Amino acid sequence: MTQEHKNLLSPEVVLQQMKKNGVTHVVWLPDSETNWLYLLMKADPDITLVSVSREGMAFSVAAGLHAGGKSPLILIQNTGLLESGDSLRGWALGLNLPVILLVGYRGWTRHGVTPDTAAVYTERFLHAFGINYFLVENDADSPRMTMAFEEARKTKRPVAVLVGDEFHGFNR
Amino acid sequence: MIETEEVLKIFSPHRGDAIVVPGRGGRYWIKLSTKPDLDLPLGDPAMGGHAAFAFGLALAQPNRKVVLFDSDGDVLMGMGILPTIAEHQPGNFYHFMLDNECWGTTGGQPVPNAGKVAYDAIARGAGYPRAFAFDNPETLTLNMARILSEPGPVFVGLKIVPEVQNDPIGRRKPWATRTRDQVLKDLRKELGLPG
Repeated sequence: MTQEHKNLLSPEVVLQQMKKNGVTHVVWLPDSETNWLYLLMKADPDITLVSVSREGMAFSVAAGLHAGGKSPLILIQNTGLLESGDSLRGWALGLNLPVILLVGYRGWTRHGVTPDTAAVYTERFLHAFGINYFLVENDADSPRMTMAFEEARKTKRPVAVLVGDEFHGFNR
Repeated sequence: MIETEEVLKIFSPHRGDAIVVPGRGGRYWIKLSTKPDLDLPLGDPAMGGHAAFAFGLALAQPNRKVVLFDSDGDVLMGMGILPTIAEHQPGNFYHFMLDNECWGTTGGQPVPNAGKVAYDAIARGAGYPRAFAFDNPETLTLNMARILSEPGPVFVGLKIVPEVQNDPIGRRKPWATRTRDQVLKDLRKELGLPG
């Protein structure tokens, strides 16, 4: 593995984290980072993909899946997270939904200077709803996903994992 | 036009062991149901999401019917879920929609293009293999057993009498007898699911 690859977040590692933590369904809407992950999930017999056309719907689908005994994960972009406020409030927080929000962090830069308002408002939005979150940028960060799953189960609340790797491994 | 309570009374004898998400009909259904642990009278966690919630439940419990009483306002807010439901073709999902042609909980203002939207045609166009529309209790009664014997997903649009609420939310009489948390716990217990 090259030094460059060590600094990437590979979709194989993300899928491994999902499976390790018992995810049965991924409720999702594609973002610019997730196509390789999509291809892997699609080929995996243990994961059922549920595609929605607006991100808020992902929260109510996930709430229904959880009510019926399954373990969903929500995979969306930060733009869609911003759209989902009322669904997050009502269907996730309101029903004590222990779900992971795997959120593509569009516009993320390590130095904090970004022209992308999607990034500017992402963490402020999570703060407003009291949603804890972890940042993952490369494979070495991936154990934070397990930490997020554990926190969600323990607190019976959604926990976000922000994927700060817009241009590299997640999209190859 | 059919009264909401009448819709639920017509459905009730056919319920079997179905999980019921009564949606806007919750206040009536909790008085009619004989299997409350299989009911999800959640009120309105966030408008527009009932179909997605019930669909998720149907995916999770494929061997049990899931019956939803949705509303036209909710469907309009979350219409994009219809193709998702159709894509998965949940054979156990029965999607009734109470069409009062208005926003009933905010004073009865008309929904967009009120009274002129063919929701059954939209559902069919989204990919539901079976979609029906009824505007009177007699034909609904005659067809209820057949509707529930069809493989899902089935969509049923029902023209209902508006029940308009004008009081501020804080002054409305609560009808729920269990918290949402308790409702979910009771369902999971009934289904033999952990905690």
